[in-house]
Amino acid sequence: MPDDSVRIKVAGENALIVYLGNTLSSTVAGRVKQMSQQLSECLADQLVDLVPSYASILVIYRSDRISTDELRKHIEEFGKAASEPMTTEAGRLVTLPVWYGAEAGPDLKALAESNGLTPDEVVQRHHAREYRVYAVGFAPGFAYLGEVDEAIARPRLATPRQHVPTGSVGIADRQTAVYPAESPGGWNLIGRCPVRIFDPMAAVTMPMAVGDRIQFEPISRTDYLELGGTP
Amino acid sequence: MSGFRVLEPGVFSLFQDAGRLGYHALGLTTGGPMDGEAFYWANRLAGNAEGATTLEVAQGGLRLECTGATSVAVAGAAMSLKINGQTKALWRSHRMTAGDVVELGHAAVGLRAYVAASGGFEAPVYFGSTAVVRREGLGTLLHAGQEIVCGAPADSDWALPMEKIPRYEAAVTLRVVASYQASEFSVEALGVFYGSTFQVSPRSDRMGYRLEGNAMATPTGGRLSEGIAYGAVQVPPDGQPIVLLNDRQTIGGYPKLGTVLSLDCWKLAQCVPGATVCFEVISLESAQVLVEEAKRARDATVLKRGT
Repeated sequence: MPDDSVRIKVAGENALIVYLGNTLSSTVAGRVKQMSQQLSECLADQLVDLVPSYASILVIYRSDRISTDELRKHIEEFGKAASEPMTTEAGRLVTLPVWYGAEAGPDLKALAESNGLTPDEVVQRHHAREYRVYAVGFAPGFAYLGEVDEAIARPRLATPRQHVPTGSVGIADRQTAVYPAESPGGWNLIGRCPVRIFDPMAAVTMPMAVGDRIQFEPISRTDYLELGGTP
Repeated sequence: MSGFRVLEPGVFSLFQDAGRLGYHALGLTTGGPMDGEAFYWANRLAGNAEGATTLEVAQGGLRLECTGATSVAVAGAAMSLKINGQTKALWRSHRMTAGDVVELGHAAVGLRAYVAASGGFEAPVYFGSTAVVRREGLGTLLHAGQEIVCGAPADSDWALPMEKIPRYEAAVTLRVVASYQASEFSVEALGVFYGSTFQVSPRSDRMGYRLEGNAMATPTGGRLSEGIAYGAVQVPPDGQPIVLLNDRQTIGGYPKLGTVLSLDCWKLAQCVPGATVCFEVISLESAQVLVEEAKRARDATVLKRGT
């Protein structure tokens, strides 16, 4: 199918899944964001929840308030608008400070060596570009960001770590992410971010939704600690 | 103040309300009661609003001491219920005063029971819900010595008419709406899925029920992770289906061939390892009618006065 057509499939007794593309790309992520917003603004009372992801949106609806056919029609309408090109400004811009280096990022050296770069070059390339949130999942607040420069892409570790510290910044293939909480994980760690991305006790969490834009900003170890990073 | 002290927390007991809705975009799952029907009746028998916070008790072993008068109702798996050592019936409300000890033994049939107390339990609210999801760090299991608060006793005692009490069985047939990548599975694979019997694996939990049986071929090729609906049946490369339930991950990349009717997810959640499971396909329209009818029947049920 062409990458800009909208496909709708049944996902359960009260769920449809909308496919907005086949591939992982900034454009598709932007379309996911746009349609998610339209759905939640126009059909707030008819929807239970949405799961936006790389190229799809799972739409969970109140079948006592809207019929499956009506919902399909709305989605098709929104789809016509969503196929118009997105401007790069769409999606909120979030800046995240990162303390890069061997101490904060135990895989930085190995990644640099395997990719024929110096650690500084890896860091430079990591924060040189803006990323877009492709998906949120795996753990609360875990945002998959894409795409990193091909020169710093590296597959996941053969053996995942049992404990990746909170705030660790990692690379897996051409995606990058910040671990919102300590967890097991197999991404190549290159630094740490002091911003608390997800706090179950806090009323607000870091606003990172599919389609938002992320810019990393290098900071020192001292800055990291002053900004509340865990040592 | 009405409430309880936890003497023994049981094997796996946690607070559940109707679940956490509206936060999937943050990667938060819903949680909520694994058996929505028993949860509904426990609350209604205790005189509570629909969706009030209950204790979901898996496998029993719970012992609570009342610290202030209230009413309780227990609905779900056939656990032996005792108040001050005397056997009491499930599916009805019981008044309790300070010092009374309520005890839930291990389940003879079924797996999970819901303890509702008048006014609902007070529990920490995370993102609009008290549903405990341990994987996400939202809440904890009940622990010994914990003090839990609820409301004053209801005005009346209630019981569910005998013929309305759900039966839990060791062999269930789950109705499935064909969905997601159903058309990508081969005719042979779908034949295995709908034509054979599976066993509930011991590696089943609140995230999902793993089933063991004849392996089926899965569609080839990778796919981007996508949102997973409640009841979705995913088939990883080992060909053994997993029914994803309340604490499921919000997104995943394994192919899915259908989605189990919510009413039947509740039946599955009462199955213990080794129980047998079969699947049959139903249309989306029938699924929606069944859900609507079940809800109407529940709402129309008149409770009996307890004595």
